[in-house]
Amino acid sequence: MKTTSDLSRRDFLNATVSVGGGLILALTLPGPGNRSNAAATGKSVGQLNAWLKIASDNSITIIVDRSEMGQGVYTALPMLLAEELDIDLRVIRIEAAPVGDAYINPGNGGQVTGTSNSVQDAWEKLRIAGATARSMLISAAAKRWRIDPAQCHVANGTVINPQGNVLTYGEVADAAAKEPVPKSAKLKPKSEFQLIGKSQLRIDTPSKVDGSAEFGLDIKLPGMLHAVLAQSPVLGGKVKTIDAGAAEKMPGVRKVMVAASGVVVVADHFWQALKAREALAITWDAGANVHLDNPSIYALLKTAAAAGAGLSARKDGDVDSALKSAKQSLSAAYYLPLLAHATMEPMNCTADVKPNGCDLYVGTQVQQVAQVTAATAAGLDPAQVRVFTTLLGGGFGRRLDVDFIPAAVEASKALGVPVKVIWTREDDMTHDTYRPPAYEEVSGGVDAAGKVIAWKLHITSPSITARMFPPVKGVDDSVIEAAVNNLYDVPNLSVSYSRQEIGIDVGYMRSVSHAPNCFVIESFMDELAAAAGKNPYEFRLAQLAKKPRQRHVLQLAAERAAWGKVPAGRFQGIALMEGYTTHLAQVAEISIEHGQVKVHKITCVVDCGQMVNPRIVESQIESGIIFGLTAALWGEVTLEGGRVQQTNFNNYRLLRNNETPELEVHLIDSDAAPGGIGEAAVPLVAPAICNAIFTATGTRLRELPIGKQKLLKA
Amino acid sequence: MTTITVNNRNLNVDAAPDTPLLWVLRDHLGMTGTKFGCGMALCGACTVHIDGAATRSCVLPLSAVEGKSITTIEGLSMDRSHAVQKAWTELDVPQCGYCQSGQIMSAAALLKTNPKPNDADIDAAMSGNICRCGTYPRIRKAIHRAAELLGPAAPK
Repeated sequence: MKTTSDLSRRDFLNATVSVGGGLILALTLPGPGNRSNAAATGKSVGQLNAWLKIASDNSITIIVDRSEMGQGVYTALPMLLAEELDIDLRVIRIEAAPVGDAYINPGNGGQVTGTSNSVQDAWEKLRIAGATARSMLISAAAKRWRIDPAQCHVANGTVINPQGNVLTYGEVADAAAKEPVPKSAKLKPKSEFQLIGKSQLRIDTPSKVDGSAEFGLDIKLPGMLHAVLAQSPVLGGKVKTIDAGAAEKMPGVRKVMVAASGVVVVADHFWQALKAREALAITWDAGANVHLDNPSIYALLKTAAAAGAGLSARKDGDVDSALKSAKQSLSAAYYLPLLAHATMEPMNCTADVKPNGCDLYVGTQVQQVAQVTAATAAGLDPAQVRVFTTLLGGGFGRRLDVDFIPAAVEASKALGVPVKVIWTREDDMTHDTYRPPAYEEVSGGVDAAGKVIAWKLHITSPSITARMFPPVKGVDDSVIEAAVNNLYDVPNLSVSYSRQEIGIDVGYMRSVSHAPNCFVIESFMDELAAAAGKNPYEFRLAQLAKKPRQRHVLQLAAERAAWGKVPAGRFQGIALMEGYTTHLAQVAEISIEHGQVKVHKITCVVDCGQMVNPRIVESQIESGIIFGLTAALWGEVTLEGGRVQQTNFNNYRLLRNNETPELEVHLIDSDAAPGGIGEAAVPLVAPAICNAIFTATGTRLRELPIGKQKLLKA
Repeated sequence: MTTITVNNRNLNVDAAPDTPLLWVLRDHLGMTGTKFGCGMALCGACTVHIDGAATRSCVLPLSAVEGKSITTIEGLSMDRSHAVQKAWTELDVPQCGYCQSGQIMSAAALLKTNPKPNDADIDAAMSGNICRCGTYPRIRKAIHRAAELLGPAAPK
């Protein structure tokens, strides 16, 4: 593991004295994306790009640039800084970062919380920031004592000299801010870690057990009004006519206005706004989606798939010849449905628009996009919009979209007071940016020795990236995940992609295309194993000669789940995946009862490299499995006449406590670079269960969800 | 004006009688610990205690709670000292945290009537509270832990 980092390649860190006294350590990144908000607002770069504030009163604030949506970044990222600074996690304060160039996530090309890469991105950066601050605090203290800094060390927020004299960080913070920023920082070796790799209590837990945690829904501002939004029931439709006469006369109603995304009803209180919305008489121009339904979406994708192989994402060897020469070759087509994110906190946004600026309070995964969106809606320059990121009551990719922002901004601007717009559950369910459907054709060939010699995968689906972060040149990387990096040693392999839009907005959802692709790949691996007459576990192992980490997780999963040793009436299925540089294997244990699957247990082995906080890793893996179970068993959004049929939790079923199987998670200790953990466990659930169902019934499920299909015992 | 008793305080509320208690708490009284999830008593995010019983406040009109004793997450304890809150903290149950006020209120109501619940009791009491983050395994462990913290059950 690297323990020093040279900062010369970037003018990385700078220090400033804060207005109230103390050290502010800031960081700037070079590169073309480095447009400076600092110049626009006249504020110092230090304040806009800070990571750490140590005040003269000894209070320590760590600024976290990734949104906390349950995945634990408000604990894991501060741990990296605290490790190098030697401070107590329990005394630090957390602040959500504003919009700032320093917070751009190079892995995502923007200030984005997504792709499970928060720890990967922060791993070096925040340890360097912590080590740099430590070095400057030591230098300042050593000067005060007139001794060599090398004679000093730090412990628990203080600098200590050989005589045992102690200066707190707060006492030397002002002086430290005037020290030169060292060009390189010596990072602790793993053997000296006090926090990293050791389970620490989450910093946000206390506020989440007493109701004080502040989500977007909870924002309170003086004079704030509450609003709801009426959106076209047919996705993509627009307001044609509106009669708001009755609604405007209702108690507490302040304004009814047509906004870009629908009709906004503003009232003193939420309930008044909601009642008034029911009294609106709106006619809608349904637009182009008025005939859109699930059969037509399926037909669109299938037709596009038949039109040609699409764009090549990967091509090794000669797959068509290999398919012909294989001892066994087979082909299959799989279909994955639209899914809803269904965060527990419905979409909402609070805006406070003033003549020369706008404050936005929102649970967002994309602060810069939120800023630009609000600026456009308000007619302001982006630099005039301040984004205050609240806690997110679930993200799962839904809050990478910003469709819930403009209405609040438009209403606040019109009324001159802060306005909070809250979507109801029905609004949220029927106006999601859904996980896109996918139609995938796959062919494979196995030789006489049981080696997979040919693999051909053709994915047809809409492109989320083309809508959200255009332009996309070539194949959209977010549709070929877990497919382009095929785990198995296959000499002749092709992966291709045909883009087919379906008329409605689709969005990134937790694990994105890993889920459909892993479902297809791991199901079809079992199909090939069955064709070759092999045990699915041993069949996979035989294709992993060159992949030690994958072999290890697969073997450990089989061992922990007692593969092949289940009691009568129970059946197992296995799946393997690499995603977010994390390696996982899962074994599902099921039975078939009354034509439905009952999942008894999921065993999951995870190698995510160096862990920062193993307890959080464990919780994220459990979380991912439960998310995957909901999708596998029941997840499906259906449309009729362009309207989403699912409206609430009675008809979009989410897994409940009493339906949760036994989960057994094994984390592998590793020195490899940290991998992502928020999304990686989701995709393996469906194929592991479907593979078990095949063993139980002989029926191969090539569509999800499982729950809509009647299963018969073999 | 309606008078209701929230966390042992008598409060006057000027809201329409059909306003759900959830929105009275959140919008009129500024107590935002109780959450809005579904508006149809399907998810449990809005769970409060009415005379000690776990109740979904999103479908309960103000007119129905006059004279009743309402306890919200803010009133469960002043200092996170309720056994359920302690167990939740010890086991780091919350992830995003949005549903947890409701989960905690359901668990506290369960333990009040059943100080040593078994897994089937937990299933029955907690199936009305959805957690999209999937904190269910830790919720189950934390309820058992809270039961331990409460000490041996008094003989019935």
